[in-house]
Amino acid sequence: MKEMSRLLITLTLIAACAGLILSLVESATREPIKEQRRLQMLKALSAVLPEFDNSPDTDIVTLQKGVDKKGAPVEVVFYRARKADQLVGTAFKVIAPDGYTGNIEIMVGVDPEQQVNAIEILAHAETPGLGSKIEETWFKDLFKGKNLDNVDWRVKKDGGEFEQITGATISPRAIVTAVKKGLEFYRDNKAKILAEGGQQ
Amino acid sequence: MSLLKIFRKGIWKENAVFKLLLGMCPLLAVTTSAENGLGMGLASTFVLVCSNTVVAILRKLIPPKVRIPAFIIIIATFVTVVQLCMEAWIYGLYQALGIFIPLIVVNCLILGRAEAFASKRPIIDSAVDGLGMGLGFTLALFILGSVREIFGAGELLGFSLFGAAYQPVLLMILPPGAFISLGLLLAIMNRFEAAKS
Repeated sequence: MKEMSRLLITLTLIAACAGLILSLVESATREPIKEQRRLQMLKALSAVLPEFDNSPDTDIVTLQKGVDKKGAPVEVVFYRARKADQLVGTAFKVIAPDGYTGNIEIMVGVDPEQQVNAIEILAHAETPGLGSKIEETWFKDLFKGKNLDNVDWRVKKDGGEFEQITGATISPRAIVTAVKKGLEFYRDNKAKILAEGGQQ
Repeated sequence: MSLLKIFRKGIWKENAVFKLLLGMCPLLAVTTSAENGLGMGLASTFVLVCSNTVVAILRKLIPPKVRIPAFIIIIATFVTVVQLCMEAWIYGLYQALGIFIPLIVVNCLILGRAEAFASKRPIIDSAVDGLGMGLGFTLALFILGSVREIFGAGELLGFSLFGAAYQPVLLMILPPGAFISLGLLLAIMNRFEAAKS
């Protein structure tokens, strides 16, 4: 019995000390981590939006897109960029579920005329050297100035107009489809997305 | 054993990767570039020095029956500290190493040093052992990462080596490249050792 309690007390003490240290470190790093994530988000937003002078990461509208397999709501956040109080563009994140290896997360920026301003790949796990070429500028630039009407939203191999990547058709196909779906959702909900005020 | 000797054995004679073949999971997974290898190695070294020191301080207080859970708690604490600090101050590397930072917890090299060395030795010896072993591990990760980056991307630490005409050997960046380069490295080292003795 005595030995048992010694084991318990030692382990409890060690775990309690560990907990204390971790809570101290967590509180010291909480603000810098938040800042890093915000910077990361702003970097992605500046990459896809025209020049702005507000902070689009707080000027947002959240819309429900549907429900996932478990019935939980899937939400899309629209980040609105303004310059001298004029709306210059809107950015939103789309997820291509059918990449070669897992999801591809893409930030899409559109101008008020619903043309793609630019896209940026946020996260992917495509094969290095093949599918990972979706990160290259020439590929991302294919989307510039495209809207739902001025181009056939398929890769060339499927009869569309988007150049695919040699040796990796699946990744570009997934991205083209996801961006197109995002644009359609944007078009269908334009009134709500651009409503003044929105939520802060 | 002198401190210098304890330090040096981790770098070469008992090198975790080249001699003991410990810590293969992070080794094979993150060495797609020299920078990733270096970052992973230094993060592991920090954890190893800290956990070795604390285990040595507490070695007489921890009852043998619960030593393994106690070691794991100590190691996991330092790994979480490293993870939080990296996310706060070196975000780029944090993203590149991703899931492999929390997995330092289960790097058998770290638990192995706590069990085999720090739980039996004085504090200074244990800290030095952790430093030597950690730097040995870092060295191995750096070498493997460099080899794979040079051949697989034609770069070293992000600097282009051969110019645009070089066609990278993609295989070296992919998982099989890790096994192939590790195997070749070990073979070269064994040959070297055999020639010496």
